[in-house]
Amino acid sequence: MAVVLVLVLIVVGSVLFHFLSPWWWTPIASNWDYIDHTIIISFWITGIVFAAVVLFMAYCVFRFRHREGNRAAYEPENKRLEWWLMVVTAAGVTALLVPGLFVWSRFVTVPSDATEIEVVAQQWQWSFRLPGKDGKLGTSDTRDVTADNPLGVAPKDPNGQDDVLVEAADLHLPVGKPVKVLLRSIDVLHDFYIPEFRAKMDMIPGSVTYFWFTPIRTGTFQVLCAELCGQGHPLMHGVVMVDTEQDYLAWLGQQQTFAQLSAPQQSGSANSLPGEAIASNLGVAANSKLSRSAQ
Amino acid sequence: MVDVTPADAVPPAEVGEMELYHPHSWWTKYVFSQDAKVIAVQYSATATAIGLVALVLSWLMRLQLGFPGTFDFITPEAYYQFITMHGMIMVIYLLTALFLGGFGNYLIPLMVGARDMVFPYVNMLSYWIYLLAVLVLVSSFFAPGGPTGAGWTLYPPQAIMTGTPGGQDWGIILMLSSLILFIIGFTMGGLNYVVTVLQGRTRGMTLMRLPLTVWGIFTATVMALLAFPALFVACVMMLLDRVLGTSFFMPAIVEMGEQLQHNGGSPILFQHLFWFFGHPEVYIVALPAFGIVSDLISTHARKNIFGYRMMVWAIIAIGALSFVVWAHHMYVSGMHPYFGFFFATTTLIIAIPTAIKVYNWVLTLWRGDIHLTVPMLFALAFIVTFVNGGLTGLFLGNVVVDVPLSDTMFVVAHFHMVMGVAPILVIFGAIYHWYPKVTGRMLNEALGKFHFWVTFLGAYLIFFPMHYLGLMGIPRRYAELTDMTIMTESARHLNSFISIMAFVVGFAQLVFLFNLIWSIRHGREAGGNPWRATTLEWQTPQTPPAHGNFGKELPIVYRWAYDYSVPGAKEDFIPQNVPGDFAPSREPA
Repeated sequence: MAVVLVLVLIVVGSVLFHFLSPWWWTPIASNWDYIDHTIIISFWITGIVFAAVVLFMAYCVFRFRHREGNRAAYEPENKRLEWWLMVVTAAGVTALLVPGLFVWSRFVTVPSDATEIEVVAQQWQWSFRLPGKDGKLGTSDTRDVTADNPLGVAPKDPNGQDDVLVEAADLHLPVGKPVKVLLRSIDVLHDFYIPEFRAKMDMIPGSVTYFWFTPIRTGTFQVLCAELCGQGHPLMHGVVMVDTEQDYLAWLGQQQTFAQLSAPQQSGSANSLPGEAIASNLGVAANSKLSRSAQ
Repeated sequence: MVDVTPADAVPPAEVGEMELYHPHSWWTKYVFSQDAKVIAVQYSATATAIGLVALVLSWLMRLQLGFPGTFDFITPEAYYQFITMHGMIMVIYLLTALFLGGFGNYLIPLMVGARDMVFPYVNMLSYWIYLLAVLVLVSSFFAPGGPTGAGWTLYPPQAIMTGTPGGQDWGIILMLSSLILFIIGFTMGGLNYVVTVLQGRTRGMTLMRLPLTVWGIFTATVMALLAFPALFVACVMMLLDRVLGTSFFMPAIVEMGEQLQHNGGSPILFQHLFWFFGHPEVYIVALPAFGIVSDLISTHARKNIFGYRMMVWAIIAIGALSFVVWAHHMYVSGMHPYFGFFFATTTLIIAIPTAIKVYNWVLTLWRGDIHLTVPMLFALAFIVTFVNGGLTGLFLGNVVVDVPLSDTMFVVAHFHMVMGVAPILVIFGAIYHWYPKVTGRMLNEALGKFHFWVTFLGAYLIFFPMHYLGLMGIPRRYAELTDMTIMTESARHLNSFISIMAFVVGFAQLVFLFNLIWSIRHGREAGGNPWRATTLEWQTPQTPPAHGNFGKELPIVYRWAYDYSVPGAKEDFIPQNVPGDFAPSREPA
């Protein structure tokens, strides 16, 4: 009988935990409340199924537990019942899948008025690039990465000269404007993830990936890396600030373009990559067994 | 529904029996044995031993997550080595080896009525290569730089780069070599299991009379033979990238300000190869568990498994579908977004045959005569955890829901519930069920019940709340959860609670180990068929079964594996090798 009680308690406890526990998603800051709605639908459908199956089991154990003289029924199949269950399950699955795919098609369809911005990841920091006055990002290549050009912007591409570079600093975005985030990495896999925006996507060296969203409220949001990228992975934080239009423009005015940064007098200040500083803070070079054995 | 009589059901023997290889010495009987039953015990013991290493590693991780900053020796480097080795050991070297090498070897010949596997010598080699693979894996703990810390998915480029522990040392090389050895060893065993099921069945044992345990292990093995080659080539290619500097998976890369020599490779190609293996792998672990738990439930509820034919077809359908869902592990990998539509659809379709299996298990309980033995308790707990973990799979498989949840603790909670806790509960149930056949003695029931309650409730308390940490957005594979704005004080407490439960559950396994060893000598005598079960392994003339399994004559099978509580029969079970003329056998025609 303990089993029956425990099975019932598991259902009741899980449901109570779901509604009463303090652990829930962060307040949303992007247009992807569609995703939250889909999650709620999923919780309802799966929660009902879970409760039904476990409570039915509890009832069976209670009602059909072994007692002296009991004998089980002999019923190899019941075609009608099996087909009914299959149809009901298919209906449940469809109810999950259809809204899911509908939202996914929104997620992968970038609106035409979205501004393209670029996020560049490297072990273990974030940099950003915004299009300049021409509204276009210049091309880039990992092979073009040097100490003076840490994002690998193509030096000859005229579209890239006025690109605004934000190296290892905070990104600002204007509220209410859709953004297409182009994602690039120059070393390993990373993943640009802001819990409040709900969206995330891996960045792959050698490719450009993307997702889009519209920030719906101002505030400061922490960027996390969501794809294991080596020892510094848990410390690879960044900051995105969603500003009002005025604040955004004020910030933008203070940023430097690719052309300004790569002008000869600037090169002295950029002779070491910021990534190296983080690496030595982490003790990768100094402390790892790896470098000891290499010496 | 045709009444089956011996005359039409039992074909004459087509070929005479072959003489078995007989061991001549202690060495060939117990060490270099060609007897599948000895090989099964060797596989199981090795898998358990390496599994204990994985258990300790999980404790070390939970120490760091539950009590951050308290244990200085758990550096980020060490943490990543722990998660990598824990994951790989559990999935490959414990679960795959134990279900197929352990249960497969022991149960297939006995259940289908064969004297042994069809290729006993290759079967023996399979174990010794598996052991070598385990030793190579363990050696990486002692190699310069330690084991690899690339995560069990070993994603390049980081897996072979300096920023990852073992990436430019021995760790990754030993890991890849060990996997290659494992696959070679497994292929030898796997071919044996498949051919034995197809060719080694005794007279009257038609495919639709096989116990579901055999169906589960058989289908899983066929899948493994098709899936492991993808991992094999991925390992060879990455090894070439690492050792010879090729660029299969390595594009142009700037590492810490330095241009590497690689060019033109595709990191995402590795992910496709890995998950083409990796997703079927989930079912390679799950299908034997499905099969075994069906037999546990049927036997201990004294009732035929409900919907046997549907159960067989569900196993086959799941096996086939699992080869077209792999990219649901890659929704946010940066692959073409339109793939999401296809893979979400196939993934959710798999829920249908899987749900049918769940319904049929609980409908087997309906109007049964449920004996709450230790194996039955574990079977019930399996259903709870499997349903829970399966349903959260519907979140992650539904592409857009996966976007916020992927790479968070939700994923960790999901896959531990569905392919960690659930199959391991089946393993425990199966050990309590078949231990009497292997040793001739019962495991202690009081210790078994203690083990059951702590393991089941403890594991549920670990992994159920963990989903909600993922819902908050807390990422997985974080050696430290400090300086995160989304991390709350209460979530920190929850993490400490989870860690404490992990220790409690872990220690309960030591009780189980004690029971395993103590009962070999002190357990109650079991007799040949303590559970009054129908399948052939319980009908052997000796317990434990001798070499050759069935004495002078192989059994002849007259009925399906589930003639429990047949109306009109005196006992509430009729073994498969009892002729069917006195009772209406209503097996599916």
